[in-house]
Amino acid sequence: MKLTSKAMPSSEAFKQNRTAHLEALAEVSAAAEAARLGGGEASRARHESRGKMLPRRRVANLLDPGSPFLEVGATAAHGLYDGAAPCAGVVAGIGRVEGQDVMVVCNDATVKGGTYYPMTVKKHLRAQEIAEENNLPCIYLVDSGGANLPNQDEVFPDRDHFGRIFYNQARMSAKGIAQIAVVMGSCTAGGAYVPAMSDVTIIVKDQGTIFLAGPPLVKAATGEVVSTEDLGGGDVHTRLSGVADYLAEDDAHALALARRAVRHLNRRKPQTVDWQSAEDPAYDPEEILGVVPADLRTPYDIREVIARLVDGSRFDEFKARYGETLVTGFAHVKGCPVGIIANNGVLFSEAAQKGAHFIELCSQRKTPLVFLQNITGFMVGRKYENEGIARHGAKMVTAVASTNVPKITMLVGGSFGAGNYGMAGRAYSPRFLWSWPNSRISVMGGEQAAGVLATVKRDAIERKGGSWSAQEEAAFKQPTIDMFEAQSHPLYASARLWDDGIIDPRKSRDVLSLSLSAALNAPIEETHFGLFRM
Amino acid sequence: MFEKILIANRGEIACRVMETARALGVRTVAVYSDADAASKHVALADEAVHIGGAAPQTSYLLGDRIIGAAQAAGAQAIHPGYGFLSENPDFVEAVEEAGLIFIGPSASAIRSMGLKDAAKALMEKAGVPVVPGYHGDNQNPAFLAAKAKEITYPVLIKAVAGGGGKGMRLVEQPEDFADALVSAQGEATTAFGNPDVLIEKYIQKPRHIEVQVFGDGKTAVHLFERDCSLQRRHQKVIEEAPAPGMTAEMRAAMGQAAVRAAEAIGYKGAGTVEFIVDGSDGLRPDGFWFMEMNTRLQVEHPVTEAITGVDLVEWQLRVAAGETLPMRQEDLTISGHAFEARLYAEDVPKGFLPATGTLTHLTFPDNVRADSGVRAGDTISPWYDPMISKVITHGPTRAAALSQLARALEQTRVAGTTTNLGFLGALARHKGFAAGEVDTGLIARDLETLVQTPEVTPAARIAAAQVALDLQQAADSEFGFSLWAPLQRSVHLELEGNAFEATVAVDGADRQIWTLDGAEHLVSRQAGHWLLAGQRLPDCLRAGEVITVFSPFGVSFTLLDPLDRAVSAGGDAALIEAPMPGLVKAIFAEPGAEVREGDRLAVLEAMKMEHALLAARDGIVAEILAAAGDQVEAGAALVRLEEA
Repeated sequence: MKLTSKAMPSSEAFKQNRTAHLEALAEVSAAAEAARLGGGEASRARHESRGKMLPRRRVANLLDPGSPFLEVGATAAHGLYDGAAPCAGVVAGIGRVEGQDVMVVCNDATVKGGTYYPMTVKKHLRAQEIAEENNLPCIYLVDSGGANLPNQDEVFPDRDHFGRIFYNQARMSAKGIAQIAVVMGSCTAGGAYVPAMSDVTIIVKDQGTIFLAGPPLVKAATGEVVSTEDLGGGDVHTRLSGVADYLAEDDAHALALARRAVRHLNRRKPQTVDWQSAEDPAYDPEEILGVVPADLRTPYDIREVIARLVDGSRFDEFKARYGETLVTGFAHVKGCPVGIIANNGVLFSEAAQKGAHFIELCSQRKTPLVFLQNITGFMVGRKYENEGIARHGAKMVTAVASTNVPKITMLVGGSFGAGNYGMAGRAYSPRFLWSWPNSRISVMGGEQAAGVLATVKRDAIERKGGSWSAQEEAAFKQPTIDMFEAQSHPLYASARLWDDGIIDPRKSRDVLSLSLSAALNAPIEETHFGLFRM
Repeated sequence: MFEKILIANRGEIACRVMETARALGVRTVAVYSDADAASKHVALADEAVHIGGAAPQTSYLLGDRIIGAAQAAGAQAIHPGYGFLSENPDFVEAVEEAGLIFIGPSASAIRSMGLKDAAKALMEKAGVPVVPGYHGDNQNPAFLAAKAKEITYPVLIKAVAGGGGKGMRLVEQPEDFADALVSAQGEATTAFGNPDVLIEKYIQKPRHIEVQVFGDGKTAVHLFERDCSLQRRHQKVIEEAPAPGMTAEMRAAMGQAAVRAAEAIGYKGAGTVEFIVDGSDGLRPDGFWFMEMNTRLQVEHPVTEAITGVDLVEWQLRVAAGETLPMRQEDLTISGHAFEARLYAEDVPKGFLPATGTLTHLTFPDNVRADSGVRAGDTISPWYDPMISKVITHGPTRAAALSQLARALEQTRVAGTTTNLGFLGALARHKGFAAGEVDTGLIARDLETLVQTPEVTPAARIAAAQVALDLQQAADSEFGFSLWAPLQRSVHLELEGNAFEATVAVDGADRQIWTLDGAEHLVSRQAGHWLLAGQRLPDCLRAGEVITVFSPFGVSFTLLDPLDRAVSAGGDAALIEAPMPGLVKAIFAEPGAEVREGDRLAVLEAMKMEHALLAARDGIVAEILAAAGDQVEAGAALVRLEEA
């Protein structure tokens, strides 16, 4: 049952893999560092000169000392808006306050005054979605001028735009998921509803403001001349308006008050799974960088990865001899029982059926599922279509879509085509979806896509009696190949929040464990499967 | 031997006596005041009797009540300890009249040593050297000058009514005597209204060496000397035995003199004969003089016990029970060297002010003798001597014993009060002291360096901050987890009234990057210990908001709770308004009067209740806007304040 690794850490291949992974990692790390610095040196200095803590300092002082922080969307908006919104102008993630898992959403006022770009909205909503699905209290550290006006058409009107934030607050509050706001700066216009819609609101004296319209707009509208503080400062809102509940002296005081509010939530994590005592893997997670080939096209045994993720490297493999391109089995991640579904090649009918069976099993037992995705897709060709691979694939997709156990997906390699669906891609609402820097995601491979387009083009040219040289074809294909290459890159994907973030593969075990721990704040519901096409 | 004794004392000495009594199978009765009901000596005793209030005058000094307690408990004897009633001859007589045995000398022995001048005269008669001097009424300058010559120079002219150095002159040679006398007399007149002076031999580099004696009422033996020269304002700080530089000849001379002194007054029990010794030119048999005799067991008796192997309390009990002296002089020998340091709750930088507090922690290293009257959890109250413990070490040589003492002090852990540990530690590491250059002036000369509080190191600050944030015990691998750069958290602590901020980036369970005053310090954990630049972080203890860092002596930090702050009242604090409609019952404010936040300015009667309206801040009453009897609306301004 204990997996045996065949890796040779001293081999040349191992070293080369490691070097390539470290290069990919460095690129992501640089992007994350840029995001961490927010609006730049001058803006940060100005922020601090006002006695305000920088956003990440706020998050840290809110959380328990030493609390893990599972950041969501750490490189969101990377490369978007000409780089104007590092980290999408908002820090979000899961940490512990008074021992409880909470979702923190913290505006970064050093980024365009904390205004909401389209990706800011998407990230805020994603954070709320995570909170709602996993029953995590939300703490909003508000310091934002509201919607980013030049982008208003992509921020304001649609369903998943600005208004959805307050809709979510109301819906979560109704479910007993605490909504706590700490107003540490502006909260203007729509933004005023974040504190107003919260269960508990704290505001910092002479710093936090809440109003539907700021002094300039008020003057324009009614001619009334009023100061910011008199219009909607902390004193006004805690003494006169009742919009806020606690008045804080400064950031540190406000964050301490928020911690105290969490202490009084009177809430307990439900008993969901049968935890065991944690145990380190027998193989060092550090070696992941060496055992996973740098080139996505090089096949390797996914068990080498599993051996470096699970407790004691012990893996109870289910149906090991059947549908071998999909590896399924039971293991523990830091004591939490999980069912693992991992790709070991292209999906065939048997593998898809095996996957559906295993998902049914885990749903029955309420065992969380972990998907390790490295998939080029379902097998194609006459034989496979004729035996009904679409039908078998649909079984797996149905099972993935229907199950109510928490799903955590990790893109450890390729994520192409319908394989993405069967392996709990973003559309299948895994509780969390994390990507490795070497992963690639697209509807199909760039080469294949260019090939399809070239075939269509060649047919058209040849139908008209024309001819198309190999050079011409290559020149035609290159832009498509380049586009796919660029768009399938994890930084491109993560910038658009197609995932919850890119992670260091060596931290996969910690990320899995923290994701599972967060997910298990919600009770696991019974599963009712959709119809399986037999 | 007695079956049961009462100990008329408290603290460490009561505990000390009880320990020996217990070892001898003697039952013990403790007495205690209101303040001591839960103290260690009460817990140690077989029985305990409450005898009164916290003030010693209402408890430990009430001889009758103590004798009553002894009788009621059926004790046969009373051990007085030291201090309180231990040298009170009236008490001794009362004990004996009550048919009980006083464990100590007779009333007459105490009396004869009680009056210092008489004692000196008595000693002179018994052939014990006393400090040469003239203490008579003849104030004729020529006569005094003659006396000075007789005493031999240098001499000290002292005001009879003197104190604090006033009217005191050191005269080194006869030519200067006349002038010095005139100025001393003049100063004495001004200061005390009495020009009379006395002349004494001036002892250069004086040392305080005392001899432990033990008598059975007829004969006496001595248990060698102790050197108690390390004093601060006549308070002994560190004592040792034997005295450094002591010669066999000098020891024999001093021992014989002490035995003569004891036998001269028919001394029974443990006593100490104190000598002043001229240390200017080594120890010489003709260079010691009788000062006084303490007719009790001394605080510093453990150093004698350490070098002789004798249990002095056991001897006290045996002799009081009628046994003869357990050992003859020739059987007594010295083995090795011993030190005793007196650990006090006192604030050294603030001029050795006695401190109080509840000991949240108290431990001593294993290889020392710690005679303590308190335990962790006990309170050092302002009612009694703030001694926490005596720390005693014993080694084969003086150097070994002193080095043990220095180590022991560094390993002594006290939390909950300020202590003199740092001062004792500095003394134990003092180069001159280590070289045996001891005299009573040492502490005063080097006081500035001895009381210097060492710079609180970054390591100590980090250790405190680590404890404050509970970051020491980090166990699981998710501790401090972050996807990319770790988050930076801050904590605010106070040290000696100064607040400071420490910032930490927790980078996993075993690595922390701390920032203090802009400087980064990498702290990592290896084999269970946190290291900063290769050095272990000092040990810490936390009790509530107070964190004591042992680096090595206790430094106390206070964790500043960000919640522990009052948000000042918002709004227009200058205007006192009616909170609801009502009748103004009274206005207390007067125009121009200065008021403090919380002062009552007016009373409003509304809804059948009287509401006091208080000043929301300090200020001056600028205007009274309503009068008693007015019916006012909600929000009506009643009083306006302006800045003081």
